[in-house]
Amino acid sequence: MMVFDIAGNELRRMFQSPLAWVVLAAVQFLLAMFFFLLLARYLEPNPWAAARGLTEVVVSGTFQIAGIVLLLVSPLLTMRVFSEEQRSGTLQLLLSSPVSLTQLVLGKYLGVFAFQLCMLFMIALMPLCLWLGTRLDPGIFAAGLLGLALLLSAFAAVGLFVSTLTSQPAVAAIGGFAALFILWILHMAGRTGGERVAETFDYLSMLRHFDSLLGGFFSSVDVVYYLLLTALFLTLSIWRLDAARVYR
Amino acid sequence: MPRQSLLRETRTAVIHFSVNRETPRITPASNIRNRRHIATCYNTGRAMHKDTLIVVEHVSRDYGNHRAVDDISFSVARGEVLGFLGPNGAGKTTTMHIICGVLAPTSGRVNIAGYDIAEQPESAKAHIGYLPEQPPLYPELSVDQYLRYCACLRRVPRSRRAAAVANARARCGLEQVGGRLIGNLSRGFQQRVGIAQAIIHSPSLVIMDEPTVGLDPHQIVEIRELITELGADHSVILSTHILPEAQTICDRVLIIHEGRLILDKAIDALHGDGVPAFTVALSRPPVPEELEGVAGVTAVQALDRNRFRISCAAARDTAEALAAAAARSDWGLYELVPEAGTLEQTFIRLTRGEEATRPAPGTAQ
Repeated sequence: MMVFDIAGNELRRMFQSPLAWVVLAAVQFLLAMFFFLLLARYLEPNPWAAARGLTEVVVSGTFQIAGIVLLLVSPLLTMRVFSEEQRSGTLQLLLSSPVSLTQLVLGKYLGVFAFQLCMLFMIALMPLCLWLGTRLDPGIFAAGLLGLALLLSAFAAVGLFVSTLTSQPAVAAIGGFAALFILWILHMAGRTGGERVAETFDYLSMLRHFDSLLGGFFSSVDVVYYLLLTALFLTLSIWRLDAARVYR
Repeated sequence: MPRQSLLRETRTAVIHFSVNRETPRITPASNIRNRRHIATCYNTGRAMHKDTLIVVEHVSRDYGNHRAVDDISFSVARGEVLGFLGPNGAGKTTTMHIICGVLAPTSGRVNIAGYDIAEQPESAKAHIGYLPEQPPLYPELSVDQYLRYCACLRRVPRSRRAAAVANARARCGLEQVGGRLIGNLSRGFQQRVGIAQAIIHSPSLVIMDEPTVGLDPHQIVEIRELITELGADHSVILSTHILPEAQTICDRVLIIHEGRLILDKAIDALHGDGVPAFTVALSRPPVPEELEGVAGVTAVQALDRNRFRISCAAARDTAEALAAAAARSDWGLYELVPEAGTLEQTFIRLTRGEEATRPAPGTAQ
């Protein structure tokens, strides 16, 4: 109950600030451009597009770019979640209320994630409108959408954790962006080591798991990876807030 | 523009007061002192039944190597208004944070209404309303939205939330501004929203950190009245460094200095504290020995050619005797000022850093 109340308030406050609307508009505009370019490319007669089919070129292509755009945008959504509460003192309101830290972190996380799902819904509408004129592969479409949702969930959790570390939203944004980017390209770090190292880093990289879902390849390993990542960073956030009460 | 908003506030304040007069529960401002007195008697009666609401035991708190709060113990009775005094940086805010569970103590325990804040934080916190120095507001929300959120954070059941919001708004004089964004309100109204937030769930204990800082004199009077009103059915812990404020609204004061509790006394008991004294100014002063001869005078200190500080056993009798003597001997008495603020004297005496004369925390009361 309490968790949903906190999430609802978080969502309301986001929509009451211009940031949320600007982010929604900018993301939609950017991705619409990419969507249009991909569609134009598919409509040109060429063997590359013909070999892959509409869903893979346009839908997966749009989702792939959406992943990168949202990686840039998510830290801007999460930066204020705890940083601003620390700076303006409203965290004291939350900490002196009969609310556990778990409820607090989960509520905040669900609020951010709900906003991200709104964004996802808007993005998904673009490829969906192709259904008016042609047939899409529902499997690839659903796997891609799921991949993007899981990716966003991990983005939210990482960003949330970074915002518990500092009372400066700008620092939280840059820190969150760096953390996400490192997780994104982690597989590159494995290339210099042996096979075992490469395998480990490949598993840890966010991009690899997203890629396989985008290709329509649903594997529980990928799903579990994102869920674990989310759970890990939410737990770290709870620990961090608890430690701040003791050691600050 | 600021002038206009001030006028508007003043007008609202008047409405607020007149509403108060019509409500039988609330006494007009002029009677507040009497009312407080009644409340005090009532409270002491309750306190005698050991109805303690909060117990702080040997609480200490370190920030790295710096000990901000050092072994503080005290308790608050139900319905008591407790003043927390101390110079800046004495550890008042840290102590309040520990009581509210915002900070964990390095050692020691806090018990609120029978619940240990470390072991059952949620049950304990349900009894607290906290107003930090900076009111914890979300500027992008309207007053109503904010109060509704606070009500649900404080576990007010869904069915009673609307009533709780309306009640808190009425008590803090916020009826006119329910739909306005908090960010657009003036400092005084924001402070009231902060108080409304702290009392929305009718907690047994309201904790306020310097609630009147940065307000204009009108607003300060209003907030003080509100606190006195709260004292009738809630316990209040209030930090301030405005001593007369503590003297008017508190039943009991604690003085904290360098993290240690150096005084814990009821305001009434404080009046008997220290040596009563007054200053006299005489246009034709006699030799100091003659002044010392007046009944009741224990010491005379010449401040300048015409002024003397008279220490005595009982201020009232001595003043009377002195005035009579001055009239008889034609000293030309033109000023007789009792030394104001026994609390102020005590405060300055205790916090001036006289390490050797500082009483140990246990010896106070």
